[in-house]
Amino acid sequence: MQRFTVPALLGILLLSLVSLSYYEMIDLYIQSVIMFIGINIILSASLNIVNGYMGEFACGHAAFMAIGAYVTSVLNILLFTKDKFFGPALLPPEMALYFFPLTLLAGALVAALAGSLVAIPSFKTRGDYLAIITIAANFIVTSTIINVDAIGGARGFMGMKKIIYAMEDVVELPWMLIWVILSTFFTVWLIRRYVSSTYGKGIIAIHQDEVAAEIMSVNTNQMKLVAFMVSSGLAGLAGGLFAHILGYINPGSFGILKSTECLVMVYLGGMGSLSGSVLSAILFTLLLEGLRFVIPQINTLMHWMHLLPDTYQVSQVWKWVIIPLILVLVMQFRPEGIMGNKELSDIFPRLKKFYKFK
Amino acid sequence: MFDSIIQNIFNGLQWGSFYSLIALGYTLVYGVLTLINFAHGDIFMVGAYIAFFVATFFLKAASGLPGWVVLTLTLPLTMILTACVGVTLERIAYRPLRRKGANRLYVVITALMCGLILENGNLALLGASRKSFPELVDKVIYTTGAVSMTNLKIAVILSAILVFCLLQFIVTRTKIGMAMRAISYDKFAVPLMGIPIDTIIVFTFILGSSMAGLAGLLYSMSYPILDPYMGALIGWKAFIAAVVGGIGDIRGAFFGGFLLGFVEILVVAFFPSTFRDLIAFSILLLILVYKPTGLFGIAKTTKI
Repeated sequence: MQRFTVPALLGILLLSLVSLSYYEMIDLYIQSVIMFIGINIILSASLNIVNGYMGEFACGHAAFMAIGAYVTSVLNILLFTKDKFFGPALLPPEMALYFFPLTLLAGALVAALAGSLVAIPSFKTRGDYLAIITIAANFIVTSTIINVDAIGGARGFMGMKKIIYAMEDVVELPWMLIWVILSTFFTVWLIRRYVSSTYGKGIIAIHQDEVAAEIMSVNTNQMKLVAFMVSSGLAGLAGGLFAHILGYINPGSFGILKSTECLVMVYLGGMGSLSGSVLSAILFTLLLEGLRFVIPQINTLMHWMHLLPDTYQVSQVWKWVIIPLILVLVMQFRPEGIMGNKELSDIFPRLKKFYKFK
Repeated sequence: MFDSIIQNIFNGLQWGSFYSLIALGYTLVYGVLTLINFAHGDIFMVGAYIAFFVATFFLKAASGLPGWVVLTLTLPLTMILTACVGVTLERIAYRPLRRKGANRLYVVITALMCGLILENGNLALLGASRKSFPELVDKVIYTTGAVSMTNLKIAVILSAILVFCLLQFIVTRTKIGMAMRAISYDKFAVPLMGIPIDTIIVFTFILGSSMAGLAGLLYSMSYPILDPYMGALIGWKAFIAAVVGGIGDIRGAFFGGFLLGFVEILVVAFFPSTFRDLIAFSILLLILVYKPTGLFGIAKTTKI
């Protein structure tokens, strides 16, 4: 029975969240926070393959997210809605329910192909040159999107909400929540399976010593290519979900800042620790959303204590000062991140009965 | 046509000078510490703001001073204060991590975070209103045919070349430069030779940050609108320019910066300006694919 504990728990979690949203016990804001937690888990766990397990330094994760977001959105708009540019719907809108996972998958696949393009230069280069290639790729992707007028250019691209409404017309359920949670489960499952397999051990071997791994018959080029493709494909999946939650995307939201957020989550959780990635994504999102409410409180407190002149208000900009400060302090006291290189089972060995972490 | 080419070459030289000045700072720190100091672009931004405050202070405090006197007072002060910011970052954020022997990538993330703190702290403290830099020196325009040159442009290009020569001299001809090269060659043997590592690293940060401060002053004199995010994009681009030149190599950073400046100006001359980043980065990527260690970089052999 112990084998089924974790899947059962996850199923109960999914059902309870969906039913709570369905009976409107949790409002839309909390739902969206849950969805962003899911997306951030996907982003941080997928970047952890390249940056944590493989020990490379890729900092252009948002590029693949952008590719996934745009491909999924354009496909859905093309297939199911009437659009000025893309013409009338090719399929009846009721079909959106069945085709949505397929379009998500298509976005992920295109992002994975883009990831393979970025991975090819990384065969020859070492270390920091990969950082450059990925940063440049990020800039290239965003400026390409800006220059393509068909998908809105710098103005952005919208109309994804119609797809959600079309899905909800068929069956009245919080569909986006369901898809995000399922994708998150799928991502964590896939990465754990991949990294703990015999094949995936090659990634960790590359991290330890690339030359030795090559001598011990690990096909390093193939390993790098596959790791990059899995990582960027999952980022594309996250992008597709992100686009449909917001209903509006623009190239500015997939800039270097988004990539930096992904990097922060990976290194805050710890390199090469899947549970660390999940935990840090949850923490990071809650911190971001929590500060929204804390900052006005701080503002009133400071004014009440007469620490500030009346003309100066503590604005929401301070959020992006406080979060980096917290992170810098965390790095000072725990330079290896929250979990370091460990999984939850290393800290709580009893968990091994229910779930194999490695 | 010929005149416009000459004009574009001068514009490219000026634009490349800023990139070069910032890329030199990146390269110095990377060469000694193998640390990508992602906060460097924001140190450049801080330099521009410090220059603004110092210049307005002098103009207000001694309203009778001529512009060139204010400039000669602002220049060293800006460089010194910006160097202080850089050294402070090194002392507070990087050094403890280095002492603990943390993974290099964690130091890089810390640098990224420091950059964010500088950007957004500036935005939060000073507000989003853009500041305009006071004009210190009267513009003199030299025109020959259809090519127009301002005295400021010439000053920018000359100062970039001077700084490059100075750094080249320091790194290759002085004792402290020798120590810097020694640290980048072998970090573990250097303290055994009685070389104070921390002093050398602080000196490196002083050099790099003061170059960024100089770049900030010149930039805000050329384009007198300041905003808190001005350093972010320029910093990223200068870093990429340094890598294309061959990171850790001073000549590489210098030429890489000028190369990127030229490419951007020429793209804007012949294409719509939204294509600037796209084409510039594509060209840099192609260079990196053919020369993975950059133009001046030396391929490292791995000992087994």
